[in-house]
Amino acid sequence: MTRGVIAFLAMAMAFMVLQSCDGGKGATRVPKRGAGTPAYGDAIVVGSIGEPSTLLPVLATDSASGDISNLVYNGLVRYDKDLKLEGDLAEQWDISPDGLTITFHLRRGVKWHDGVDFTSRDVLYTYRVTIDPKTPTAYADAFKQVIKAEAPDDYTFRVSYAKPFAPALESWGMSVLPAHLLEGKDITKSPLARKPVGTGPYIFREWVAGQRVILESNPKYYEGRPYVGRFIYKIVPDSSTMYMELKAGGIDQMGISPIQYQRQTGTADFTSKFNKYRYPASQYTYLAYNLRNPLFSDKRVRQALTSAINKDEIIHGVLLGMGQIAHGPYKPGTWAYNPRIRDFDYNPERARALLAEAGWREKNSDGILVKDGKPFQFTILTNQGNDQRLKSAVIIQYRLKAIGIEVKIRVIEWASFLSQFIDKGNFDAVLLGWTITPDPDIFDIWHSSKTGPKEFNFIHYKNPEVDRLLVQGRSTFDMSERRRCYYRLQEILAEDQPYTFLYVPDALPVVSARFRGIKPAPAGIGYNFIKWYVPKEEQVY
Amino acid sequence: MIAYLAKRILLLIPLMLGITLITFAVVHLAPGEPVEMQISMNPKVTAEARERLKKFYGLDKPLHVQYAVWVKKLAMLDFGRSFAPDNRPVIDKIRERIPITLSLNIISLVIEFGLAIPIGILAAIRRDTLFDKGMTVFVFIGFAVPTFWLALLLMYLFGVKLGWLPVSGLHSLGSEAYGSLRWLLDMAKHLLIPVSVAAFGSLAGLSRYMRSTMLDVIRQDYITTARAKGLPERTVIFRHALRNALLPVITLLGLSVPGLIGGSVIFETIFAIPGMGQLFYGGVMARDYPLVMGILVIGAGLTLIGNLLADLGYAFADPRIRHGQGS
Amino acid sequence: MKDSFFRQVFWSRFRTNRFAMAGALLIVFLFLVSLLAPLITPYGPDDLDLYHVLMPPSGTHWFGTDDLGRDVLTRIIYGARISLKVGFVAVGIAVAIGTVIGLVSGYYSGRLDNILMRFVDIMLCFPTFFLILAVIAFLEQSIWYIMIIIGLTGWMGVARLVRAEVLSIRERDYVMAVRALGASDTRIIFRHILPNSLSPVLVSATLGVAGAILTESALSFLGIGVPPPTPSWGNILTAGKEYIEFAWWLTLYPGLAITVTVLAYYLVGEGIRDALDPRLKR
Repeated sequence: MTRGVIAFLAMAMAFMVLQSCDGGKGATRVPKRGAGTPAYGDAIVVGSIGEPSTLLPVLATDSASGDISNLVYNGLVRYDKDLKLEGDLAEQWDISPDGLTITFHLRRGVKWHDGVDFTSRDVLYTYRVTIDPKTPTAYADAFKQVIKAEAPDDYTFRVSYAKPFAPALESWGMSVLPAHLLEGKDITKSPLARKPVGTGPYIFREWVAGQRVILESNPKYYEGRPYVGRFIYKIVPDSSTMYMELKAGGIDQMGISPIQYQRQTGTADFTSKFNKYRYPASQYTYLAYNLRNPLFSDKRVRQALTSAINKDEIIHGVLLGMGQIAHGPYKPGTWAYNPRIRDFDYNPERARALLAEAGWREKNSDGILVKDGKPFQFTILTNQGNDQRLKSAVIIQYRLKAIGIEVKIRVIEWASFLSQFIDKGNFDAVLLGWTITPDPDIFDIWHSSKTGPKEFNFIHYKNPEVDRLLVQGRSTFDMSERRRCYYRLQEILAEDQPYTFLYVPDALPVVSARFRGIKPAPAGIGYNFIKWYVPKEEQVY
Repeated sequence: MIAYLAKRILLLIPLMLGITLITFAVVHLAPGEPVEMQISMNPKVTAEARERLKKFYGLDKPLHVQYAVWVKKLAMLDFGRSFAPDNRPVIDKIRERIPITLSLNIISLVIEFGLAIPIGILAAIRRDTLFDKGMTVFVFIGFAVPTFWLALLLMYLFGVKLGWLPVSGLHSLGSEAYGSLRWLLDMAKHLLIPVSVAAFGSLAGLSRYMRSTMLDVIRQDYITTARAKGLPERTVIFRHALRNALLPVITLLGLSVPGLIGGSVIFETIFAIPGMGQLFYGGVMARDYPLVMGILVIGAGLTLIGNLLADLGYAFADPRIRHGQGS
Repeated sequence: MKDSFFRQVFWSRFRTNRFAMAGALLIVFLFLVSLLAPLITPYGPDDLDLYHVLMPPSGTHWFGTDDLGRDVLTRIIYGARISLKVGFVAVGIAVAIGTVIGLVSGYYSGRLDNILMRFVDIMLCFPTFFLILAVIAFLEQSIWYIMIIIGLTGWMGVARLVRAEVLSIRERDYVMAVRALGASDTRIIFRHILPNSLSPVLVSATLGVAGAILTESALSFLGIGVPPPTPSWGNILTAGKEYIEFAWWLTLYPGLAITVTVLAYYLVGEGIRDALDPRLKR
C-alpha cells in the first residue's frame, strides 16, 4: 500500500487492524488452551461499523474498503512482520546503482481469481490508471514521480525516476488491478467495484448490501491455501451492538475501546473465549489549526493552545493510560523519531502569557478573551464514529474555556467531512489522526505544494525550511542523512505547533480464542492472517 | 364506489406532486449545493469541466426548470445516481432495502394492532378497573421509554446474558443452507426483539384511540336499546358495539405508516438491519442528495398509498360510502 | 362567569385523575429542580475529572460519574433544563404555526382552506423523523436548530385540530350574531374563536412536549443531538450505551428520567383531555 492509502485509511476511523501496518514492540497476549493442529476450514467473522464504499482500491479512501481489498489483492511489495519491505507479487527487484531505476521481477504462475495469468501488463495498467487525470484517486502522487514505466516482458516491470526517491519501493505496495478486465473501460463505472477480482489469498464471493461481505479462501494462492475457509465482514453500525455481538459469539474479531479492554474483558468467561492483544498503533491523533484563519496565524497563539491542553489527562481519561503522548509526527522508538523533542507541556499560566503577548488581553462578560472587539472562539470538527476523538475534543473544550477560549464541537460523517470541510478549507480546527508509515517521508502532509483539494496539507502550513528538509529527506537513500533531516523537521514542528500533537493510542484487537497461529509482531497481528487456523474439533462454521 | 375510487386516485396526483415539491425544497434550501458535492468528489475537475458537468446536470438552469426536469425523470422512475463512491442508481439501492423495512413494519403493525385493539376494547369495557389503569400505564411506558435504550437492554439480557436470542442482523451465518422452515424460524428469532420493541412503542396511540371510540360507541343510543332489549352483554359488545368501533381504526392503519418508517432509522441502526432507515441515515450524513431525495419521495409515497388503502378499506366497510352516499 | 365555572369543572375533574395529578406534580418538580440546579449540586455540569472516570454511585457522587469523570446527577439535573427547553420551544413553534394555519383555514374555508389542508396532508405523508434528519444533518449542530426543526415538522396535527374546532364554532349562534353586528374578522377570530379552540391544542401540546423530548434523545443516539458539552438526557444516555453492562448508572438514570418525564406529560395530556371532554359528564 502506498503512504497515501495508509494515511487516508487512518484518517478514517480505524476500527480494524487487519493486514495494515499497525505495529510496535511489547505486544501482550495471554495464551490459553493448546495449539491444536492446523486444519483447513471454519470462518472468521470480523465486525465493522462502516460498509465498504468500493472494492477498487485505487478509488477507495475508507478503512472498510481497505480491510477487504487487502485480502483480495496483492501489491508488488509489502511490509513483513518486522515492517521490512519484502516481495509480494514481485519475487525480487534490482535497484540501479544510482537508485533511479527499479526493475521488478514478477512472480510466475500467479493467477487472477478468474484464472487468467498475472503479468507485467497488469502492473503497467495499475500505474497508468492511477496517474490518469480522469481517475478520481488520492494515491497518484508517488507514481507521478515516475518518469518512465515499461514492461519489457511478461514478468519484468521497470520504473525510472528523475531523482532519487526514497519511498519509491514502498509505493509499489499499491494493490495491482486486473488489466484484462479493466483496460479501455471507465474505471469509475466498473462492476469490479462491487465484485472484485484479485490475486490475493481470498476470493470475493458475495456482498449483501448493508449486511456483509463474504470472501472464500483461494486454494491456488501462491503462498498456499489459507487455513481459515471464509472471511466474513459483518457490518454492525452501532458500536455497542457490535460489542454485544462479540460477547454473544456473533463476531470473532473487533477492535475494542480502552474502557472495554480494562473494565469489561477481565472476566473468566471472556478470557476463556477471547484473546486480547495490545500494542502501540501506528497512528497519532492531533488537533490541526487552519493556518489561513487569522485566529491561528500567530505562532504564539498556537503555542498557547498547546500549553493549555493537558495531554496527560487525555491519555489518562480517554485511553485509560493505554497510549503515549505525541510530541511530533513519528512513533516513539522508531528510527526517525527524535527523542529530544519536547513541545509545550501543560501550563495554563504560560498559555495566558503567550495569548496576552499576542494581543488577547481583555475578556468580555462571558469570560471569553477579546481582541479588536472579536471574541476568541472557534469550532473543532471531528469525524463521526470515533468516540476517543470526540472525548478528546470535549476535554480540550473544557481546558480552553478555562483560559478564556470558547470552543464548539461538531461531528461530521467521513465523506462529507472531506468534501465539504477539508477540501474546501472550510474549518477552524480539526481533530483527526494520521497513520505513521514505516517510511518517515511525510512530504504529502507538510510540504507547501500539497495544499490543493484532496491533498493532505489542508491546513496550508508553509515553512521554507520544512519544504527543503522534506525534499532532501526523500531524495536520498542515506539513512543518517535522512535522520538528520527528520530530526530537524521535528524541532521546527514542535516550535511552530501547526498541529497540537495529542497521542499515539494502543491498538486493542480482540480475537476469538479458537483462532490459533496469531503471532503479535511489530506489524501487529494481521500480517500472517493466512496462517491463522482453527483446530478441527473447535470449528464452528 | 367506482366514482369514489376514481376520485381518490385522481387526488393522488396533486398530492404526489406536492411531495416532490417539498422534497425538492428541503434538499435545495439546505446549505451546501448538491452540485458542488458531486464535483468536489473529484478534485481534478477543471473549471471548464465543472461548467460542463453543471450543464450536464442542468444545474445552470433556474431552480424551477431543474425541478421540472427532476420530476419528469421521477415519473419514469429515474431517481438518478448515488453520489457515494459506488455511483449506483438510487432506485437499485432503494429496491434492495425496501422489502426489509416494509416487511418489518408490516409485522410490527400486525402485532401492534393485534395487541392494541383488544387492550383498548377491554380497557373500555372495564373502564376504571385495575386492568384499565394498569394497561394505561403499560402502554404509556412503551411510548415513553427511549427505544434504543430498551432495545439495548433487551439485547443484552436475551442476547448476551441468557443467550436465547441473536443480538443483531436478520439471519444467522450459513442460514442459506437451512431448510425453509428452519430458515423462517431463524429469521423469526432475529426479528423478535426489534419487532416487539417497535410494537411496544406504538401501542399507546392505537389502544387509547380504540378505548375512547369504544367508550363513545357504548354510550350510543342503539347500544342502550340493544341492552334494553335484554340481549346478553357479550352479544351487545361483540355484535353491535365492536363493529362500529373498529371501523375508524382502519384509517389509523394508513396514518401509522410514516411513524413506523421514521422509527426504522433507530431500529435498523441498533439491530444492524440493512433497511431503508439505515440507508437514509447514511445518505443524509454523507450528503448523498439523490439518495435522500429518492427515499423521501418513496417514503412519503408509501404513506400515501397506505392512506389510500386504508380509506378504501374504510369505504368498503362503511355501507354509507360503499353505496355512494357518503362521498 | 362562564370562564371561572368552566375552570372549576375542569379543575375538579382533573384533580380526581390520580395519574394526571402525579404527572403534573412531577413536571412541577422538574421545573423547580432545573431552576434551582446550581443550589442543589456542588458540581458544574461540565466539570471534568479524568482521574475519576466511570465511578459507581457513592456518597460523593450519588449517581456515579460518566466516562469523563463528570457527576451524572449534576448532568441529569442540568439536562432537565435542556429537555424542558427543547420540549417547550419546539412545541411552542409547532402550536404557533398550527394555530395560525388552522384558524385561517377554518375561518376562511373555500379555496385557501383546500390548499392549506392539502399541504397538511402532504406534510403528514413524510416520515417526520426523516424530514428532521434530512435538515438537521446539513446544519451546524445546535440546540436551536433542533428545536426549530422539531417545531417546523410537528404543527400539522394542531392545524387540523384548530381547523375542526373553528369550523364547529364558526357556525354557532353567538359567532353569527357578533358577525351580524359588524365585528371584524380579526376580532371574531381572536375574541371568540381562538379562546374556544385552545383546549384541544393544549392536549396536543402536552403530548408534543413528550414527543420532542423523545426526538431529541433519538437524535442524540445518532450523534446529531444537542452538541457537547451541554448535557441533555439524550446525550447522557447515548454516552452510557457503550458501558451498559458494567456502568449501569450511566444509562439507568437518564433513561429513567426520559421515561418518567415523557410518561408524566402523556398522563397530564390525557388528564386534560378527559377533564375537557363534555361527554364524560357524570
